[in-house]
This record gives sequence, C-alpha cells and structure tokens, in this order.
Amino acid sequence: MAHLVSQEEDILIKEQGYDDHFHEHHHGDKYQSSFIFHYIFSMDHKVIARQFLVTGIIWAIIGAAMSVIFRFQLGFPEESLAWIKPLLGKWIVVDPTTGVGKLAPEFYYALVTMHGTIIVFFVLTAGLSGTFSNLLIPLQIGARDMASPFLNMLSYWFFFLAGIIMFYSLFLSTGPFSGGWVAYPPLSALPQASSGSGTGMTLWIVSLVMFVVSVLLGGINYITTILNLRTKGMSMWRMPLPIWAFFVTAILGLLSFPVLASGFFMLVFDRSLGTSFFLSDIFIAGQALDRVGGSPILFQHLFWFLGHPEVYIIILPAMGIVSEVMSVHARKPIFGYRAMVYSIMAIGFLSFLVWAHHMFMAGVNPFLSNFFVFFTLIIAVPSAIKVFNWITTLYGGNIRLNTPMLFAIGFVSMFISGGLTGIYLGNSAIDIQMHDTYFVVAHFHIVMGVAAFFGMFAGVYHWYPKMYGRFMNETLGKVHFWGTIICAYAIFWPMHYIGMAGVPRRYYSFDTFDAFKHFGEMNKVITIFAILAFFFQLVFVLNFFYSIWFGRKMKTKNPWHANTLEWTTPIEHIHGNWPGNIPTVHRWAYDYNKDEREYVQQHVPLREGEIGDH
Amino acid sequence: MIYLIALAIIVLLAIVLIQIGRISDLSDRIKGEEVAELDNNTTQGKAMVAFMVAFLVFCIWSAWHYKNVMFGFGPLTSASEHGFELDWIFLITLIFTGIVFVITHILLFWYSYRYRKVKGSTAKFFAHDTKLEMIWTAIPAVVMTILVANGLVAWNRIFKPIGPDQKVINIEATGYQFAWDIRYPGPDGKLGNKDYRNIIPGVNDLGLDWNDEAALDDIILAGSDKIVFAKDSTVHVRITAKDVLHNFYLPHFRLKMDAVPGIPTSFTFRPIKTTDEYKEELRKYPEFQTPSDPKDPTSPPRWEVFQYELACAELCGKGHYSMRRIVDVVPRSEYDTWIKGQKSFYFTNIRNTKYDPWKGKKLFASEIESRAVELKSDIDAFVNDNSGSVSRTILLKHIFYNTGSSSLNDNLSRYELDNLVKILNDKPNLRVELAGHTDSVGDAASNMTLSQERAQKAMDYLIAKGISSSRLVAKGYGQTEPIDTNDTEEGREKNRRTELRILSK
Repeated sequence: MAHLVSQEEDILIKEQGYDDHFHEHHHGDKYQSSFIFHYIFSMDHKVIARQFLVTGIIWAIIGAAMSVIFRFQLGFPEESLAWIKPLLGKWIVVDPTTGVGKLAPEFYYALVTMHGTIIVFFVLTAGLSGTFSNLLIPLQIGARDMASPFLNMLSYWFFFLAGIIMFYSLFLSTGPFSGGWVAYPPLSALPQASSGSGTGMTLWIVSLVMFVVSVLLGGINYITTILNLRTKGMSMWRMPLPIWAFFVTAILGLLSFPVLASGFFMLVFDRSLGTSFFLSDIFIAGQALDRVGGSPILFQHLFWFLGHPEVYIIILPAMGIVSEVMSVHARKPIFGYRAMVYSIMAIGFLSFLVWAHHMFMAGVNPFLSNFFVFFTLIIAVPSAIKVFNWITTLYGGNIRLNTPMLFAIGFVSMFISGGLTGIYLGNSAIDIQMHDTYFVVAHFHIVMGVAAFFGMFAGVYHWYPKMYGRFMNETLGKVHFWGTIICAYAIFWPMHYIGMAGVPRRYYSFDTFDAFKHFGEMNKVITIFAILAFFFQLVFVLNFFYSIWFGRKMKTKNPWHANTLEWTTPIEHIHGNWPGNIPTVHRWAYDYNKDEREYVQQHVPLREGEIGDH
Repeated sequence: MIYLIALAIIVLLAIVLIQIGRISDLSDRIKGEEVAELDNNTTQGKAMVAFMVAFLVFCIWSAWHYKNVMFGFGPLTSASEHGFELDWIFLITLIFTGIVFVITHILLFWYSYRYRKVKGSTAKFFAHDTKLEMIWTAIPAVVMTILVANGLVAWNRIFKPIGPDQKVINIEATGYQFAWDIRYPGPDGKLGNKDYRNIIPGVNDLGLDWNDEAALDDIILAGSDKIVFAKDSTVHVRITAKDVLHNFYLPHFRLKMDAVPGIPTSFTFRPIKTTDEYKEELRKYPEFQTPSDPKDPTSPPRWEVFQYELACAELCGKGHYSMRRIVDVVPRSEYDTWIKGQKSFYFTNIRNTKYDPWKGKKLFASEIESRAVELKSDIDAFVNDNSGSVSRTILLKHIFYNTGSSSLNDNLSRYELDNLVKILNDKPNLRVELAGHTDSVGDAASNMTLSQERAQKAMDYLIAKGISSSRLVAKGYGQTEPIDTNDTEEGREKNRRTELRILSK
C-alpha cells in the first residue's frame, strides 16, 4: 500500500512540475481573498457547492417541519394544536369554550403546498444537484473551475433570492399559496377561489421564476464545463458516473424548465392582464367571468412537461452519486458502466415522452393515454438495468459498510420499492382507482423523496472530507441511517394500504366519508414515525455542523482510496483546485482490484498491454 | 416555560449524541482503525440481514393483514362492471412486482453482508457481462409488455365510445366549491344545454338554457338527495365544473374523472350491485360488524349503515375534503319509479316566473293536459257541491291577450277555451260569466273598457264554437277587484286575469 501511494504521488509531482507538499502555492494569491468575496459572493465552485448544500439543509428543515405539523392534523385530529399557536398565530383556530386549537384548513393546504414546493425545488433540485454538480464536475473532470464562475455565482444568488421571496410569502396575512405544488389553474389563477391564490400565489410564481433562472444559469454552465473543460485523456467514456448523471440532468433542466417558465408567464397574464390561456366558462363568487376559450388542461401539459423530467432531474444525480459511492466502497468497478450510461440517457430521453401519465384522469382524450402508458412502462427497463447493475456491483465485492455505503444501499432499496409501485400507477387502467390517492403519495415519496435524500446523504457523507477537510461522525451517521430507513418505511409503507382502500390525498380530514375514516390508527402510527424521522434528521444536522469545526481531521488526500481526480487535489482548498498543472487521465474511473492492485487512480498511466477503458 | 424545557431537553440530547459520537471515535482509535472497520462491517452486515428479514416479514405480514382494504381482495370488491378489469391488472402487477421486490431485496442485503470486507478478503474484478445484461434487459421488457398489453386492452374497453344503439342513462355532475349538483335528463333522455353566463345563484345554479326544450324536463337533485343509479343499467356521466377543477370520484365503482371548467369530460360505467347487495357482502366481514361509530358501542354495525359515496379527488380549495354525496344503487324497477317521481326543475321552479322565456308564449303538452283535468275538476267541484263552501269563481289560467290590445292570443288561449266549450257542452245547465280584470296601471276608465272588451273576445270565441250566447255573460271589472298588490310586477301580473263565474248550475 505504501508503495502504491508513493508511486501515485510521484506521478502527480512529475506531471505537475513540483511537489505540493512543500509549496504553499496559494500564498500571495489575492484572488477573492477578502471575507465577503471568499465566503459570500464567491465564484469558486467549491464554495458555491457548500452554499447550495447549507441553504438546502435549512430549507429541508423548514419543509420537513411543515410536514410534521400537517401530519399532526392527520394523525391526531382530535388533539389540540394550541401549543403551536405562538409559531403559527391565527392559523391555529382555538375554540374559545374548549380551548382546543385546530389547524385552519386553508393553512393545512398552504403547508402541504409549501412542503412540496420547498422539498422538490429548493432541496432536491438546488440542494442535491446544485451541491454535487458544483462540487464534483470541475474536480472529477479535472478542471480549474466552472466554464463561467460568474454565472455560477449568479446561479446560487438567484436561488437565494427565490428562497427569500418564498420565505417572505409564508408571513402574508392571506397566507402563502395553498393550491398544491402543481399550481393548477383556475384555483391558482383566481384569488376568489382561495385566499392563498392572491399575493401568496404572486410571490410563489415570482420565486419560482427566479428559481428557473438559477437552474438555467447552473445548467448551461454544467454542460459547457463538461463538454469543454475535461482534462487531457478524460474522454466522455472515461467520465465517472456522477458526471454523466449531472450532464444529462443539466440537459433535462435546460430543455424543460423554460417550458415551466412559459406556463408561469401565461398564468401571470391570466392573473393580471385579463387573458384567458387557462380559463373558460367560470362562475365564481357570484359572478360569471368574462373569460372564454382557455383550457386548464393546457397548463397541466406545460407543467408536467417540466414536472416529469423534474423527477429525473432529482433522481439522476442521486443515481450517479450512488453508483460512485457504491463502487468505491465495494472496492469493485461499477458493473456495466456503459449500460449505466445508456440507461441514464434512455431515462433522460424517455422522461420527455411520459408527462401525460400524470393526467390520465385529467380529461385528456383517453386514446392519447395509450402512448403515455407505453413510454412510461418502457422506463422500467433502464431503471431495472440500473438496479440489477447496482446489486451486481455488490456481488463479489470487498464492502466497507460505512455510512455513505449504507445510504447507497438504502437508496437502492428505496428505488426498488418506489419504482415498482410506479408500474401500477403508470398503467392507466390501475390509475383510474389509484390516481390522487395515498398510493401515489407513498409511491413518489419513496422513489423521489426518500431515495433522492438517501442519494444526497450518501454523497454528503462520502464527499464531506473533500468539502470540509474533516469526516462526519460515523456512529451518528449510522444512527441517522438506521433511524431514517426504518422511519421512512414505517411512514410510507402503510400509505400504500390507505391508498388501495381509495383514500384520496390532500384531505384535511377523513371524517366526512365512511369509506375513508377508518384508518385513524394507521394515521397515528404514520404521524409518530414522521416525528421520529424528523428528529433523526436533526441528528444529521447536528453531525454536519459539529463536524465542520470538530470532526475527525482528514490526514491523507485520498481517504477512501478512490480513483477519481477530486482525491488528487490538496486537502486544503485552493483556487484552481490543483497546484501547478492539471493531472492527465489515462484510464476510466473504476479500476478497483484489477491486476492485484487494490485501486488505480485515473491519472496513473497504463502498463504495457493494459487497456484504459472497459 | 414549557418551551424552555423543551429547548433544554433538545440541547441536552444534542450534547449526549455528540459525546456518544466522540466516545465511539475514541474507542475505534484504541482498537486500531483497521480492526474497528472490520468489526463495524460485521455488525452493520448483520444489521442489514436482520433489517432485510424484518422488513420482508413486515411487508408480507402487513399485506396479509390489510388485504381486506386492498381493492379486489376483500370486502371492497368492485361495484361496477369495469372495476374487475382493473382488479385483474392490479393482481398480475402485484404478482410480478412482488416477486421482483422480494428477490432484489434479498440479494441487495444478503450481498451487503456476504461480501463485506473481512480480514484478508479481496474483491473480484467483474466489470461487465454482456450475456447477463441481455438477460436482465429482456426479462423486464417481456414483463412490461405483458402488463402494458393487458392494461391497454382494459383501458380501451373502459373508454370505448358509446355505440349508436346502446341504451344509457345520461346524467350530469357539476362540481363547484364545495359540493356537487346532479342533473338527470327527464323523460326525453336528453340533457338540455347550459351556459355559465345563464347562472343566477339560487334560481338557475347550473345556467341551464330554458330556450332549449331538452332542458325543460331536466331534473336537478336537491343537495341532500341521494344520487340514484339502476343496477345493470349503463350510466354515462357528463362531468363539468363551475369554478375550479374538481374530480368525480366513486371509490367503490373504480371511477374517477376530473371536472374541468369549460371542457366537459365523461365516464361510462355499469353498476352491478345494489346498495343492499353490497351491504350483504360486507356483512360477512368481521370488521364490518363493528359499531359504525367507534365511540358509541350501541351504534348499528358498519355494514348496515354502508352507503356508496361520491367524493372529490382534485384539490379545489379549503373545503376540498368535504364534497360528499351519497349514491344509491337500486333495482331497475325501483329506479323507474323513483325517476318518475322526480319533478322537472323548470316546471317546479322556473315556469311562469320572470326567468321563464316561455311565459305567455307557449303552453307545454303536459300543462295543456293537466290543465284540462284541473279546469274540469274545479268546475265539477262547484257543480257537485251542496254546502256552498266552494267558490263559484274560477281563474282561467291560460287565456292570453296580445299585449296592449284586446285581441285574444288564439294560439295559446284556445286550449283553455276549447276545454271550456267541452265542459259547457257536457253540462247544458251551466250559465257562466267571463270576468275581465286589469291591473291599476293607466286610467281606470280605459282599464274598464279594456277588460270589458277582453271578456267579450273570450265570449265571442265560445259563441263561435257553438255555445249559445244566452248561457254567457261578458263583463269587465277594470282594476276594481285586485287579488294581489299592484305595487309589484308579480302582483300586477296576477291582477290581469280572466275569470269564470258560474252563474247557475
């Protein structure tokens, strides 16, 4: 082992023209050295990545706390919520005679809406893809920074601005937007229809338009960087899988978010300028509106043309991260590298042909559904290939079961469980009964909520040393993992049964209906596990922030003995990533346990007769 | 204070957790990191297998335990014909996915344990295997093909357009914040046109177009009425919305469709079990023998109070969760009786009010028919009465004059007058006076003249039909005998009238 390390170091020293152990190159580098430009308006991708991550964590806490509050309403509808009145104020309606406090239905719907919006966009898009695309793209392809560091900085600050606007909307007297994260008009278009559709909706749209700008600035940068700034020898087919995932993700974002933005602009016109893109034949609040000819279904098409690729924008980076983490800690090449890449591409391509499977019951022509069923269920094939490849990666490995690996395995379990229920929902005939029931809630929370979070956690635990130069605590990490996986299944598994019984989602109370009101016990259990799950995430938050300052220090550059280039950079972050020259790449990223060598980093030249690809 | 204590507990817990973390780090360092890693792999590997076993047992046990809420497996069988197709596809999907779920989970967690790093272990270099990859591309592809084929066949059968000679009951459901309006077509079997601009709250909530004759016999259920379907009769539901999106959701019938403002949607289905039959099926299950109100042990069992329900399944605002209607499925014969007993909305609520475009312009066959009976019975009542308690004055409801003139609107008035001719012919002893009245608009003298002339015109008609003038008197009373106030249009309208006064019988 010692011999191996020193040999690699030798190569680095030779290639880079000096030995970074003895030179503190960045001394005297004045670039962005003031506090404000180093930590706040930084253009360094490593700082921006951490900004995305920390902002994402803060939003995740807010979004998860909201879900705990509305789970209280669903699990314990008879209990008083008066204790939370200091936080929620008038949205807790206290009965003056009994003193029992109830969550106002308007605010219940506002919480559900905000929970969805925050987790989908701010946490799992910005927090996951934003963090790891920024951190890993330049480091793993061997680039000094993003193609445009300035746009990259703007990308974060537009996201920040979006967050500020959304946060502000929580405090409006009419409440934040409450029409569901999908914001279907006419509910979202008409302030008469719902109090949250007034100023709350205006701020929601403004915030998300800012967010779209952020995604587009980031995405165009990721694509350009990957296509143009790969180091010598880093052919596309030698890129580590996370980079492939980020690349396809960025393309999806670039093609789909503008469509969402156009939908939003049309919605703004309908709301403010008297147009009728989405409105027709509406009689509301005692008045017949002078709007005819529009189609509410058109908005759904525009929304889901983003909305479906969006779930892959969320899950592809997690898949990429998991592939890398799993290969490193199983000490084995990822099984079927090319199949994995083709699967990512196939999923990315198909994600544009399936959007109307969210709309089988929306009033579109039933004939159209034939195509969408077909394409939707085709996606199961590349997804299945990925699952089998992950499992085979474990087969014959030499697995370290540390926290990042546990989360990577947990991801695969979640992806299987949630993916399989997608086969029910994607089949339009079953969807007649399942559509908009708790079955759907269970499905998408497991497959794109919990699974994506697991991917994110795997990445955070794995690359934490790269980000902060210290390790997160392993014991707390394992408490976090086991607590989370058990709670997550305890929350969402029973929801399948509730959904199969036909209980609709987005119900403030189930008591009105004989068919829906007999699941009180199950709803209690779900709520209890939701609260527990929330506290297990606080263990992560504690571990994260504690370890920034007090975690175990990283002593060697490559603690996981991984092959990718980020582990050749100095422990101490420097601007430009590598002192001296950028390393040259000679092989793919997954030469683990090949030819008696435990691992072979990408910059190690080929031996005679050795093949650098796979 | 309580918040402070909560905060203190959280801080304390955080400190405890950090200490646990530090101690475990420390003990790892004492053990040596290599040994600690291997120990950890074994513990975590065992934990993975334990989790896998517990998880799979939990999944299978819970599926068994809750099979009675899963559709198609327990009491919640389909109440509609097409529902069984869904249940079948659900079942084959469950079988395929269940197998995959169990196998992949066993492999995933077992490999994690089996191939953990132990002392002296190494990994295989196993990067790809084309044959293996072909196999597991082909298997899902084949399975998906089976599922897609089955699914689409069922889907297209469910949404097959209604054939030209297929008999269906057309009904319409309109969602609004936060309830449903249900409309039945009446005897013509056709739902009349509607337009949201016609909506007048409380008068015409659906905006039906009364100029469309198909709308006139339409039945609109009151808010608390059950929606009634006939067993084994196909129903075509036209689904519309007034304000925002709603969704017409009948969970027991496996039926769901969005209600979209401006774009009517529909769903065709056939109920196959009456409410009573469904109750009998539920009765067999122990969970349906428990009290319907968990807090009241004396309440009737759940199966007994069972009712089909209509719900909303598309977020429509703060009252979304409360849009309940009860659905009743009855045998066809009972349905036919029920539908006959329902009153047309137009004739009950709109006819001859100011919203009625046909007022004074048209008499409907049913009105002509029932009026003939009514007039005859009114006259008979007086003729046969010996107590003197029955009024001799009978309002001739269907006599109309052209506006501002004394000329008779023959087209509409002939029915009433012909009926009168018939009665006068049947009862040769009857002598009657035709009494004209006006409202108080205009001056009294000219009103007197107008009423006299109008009464005369009605008498002339009767004479022309062969009634002897000796049996008839025409008399105008002008505005002297109002039966209602002259201050409102409705009152004045009632005051303008022609009456029949029986002089001798």
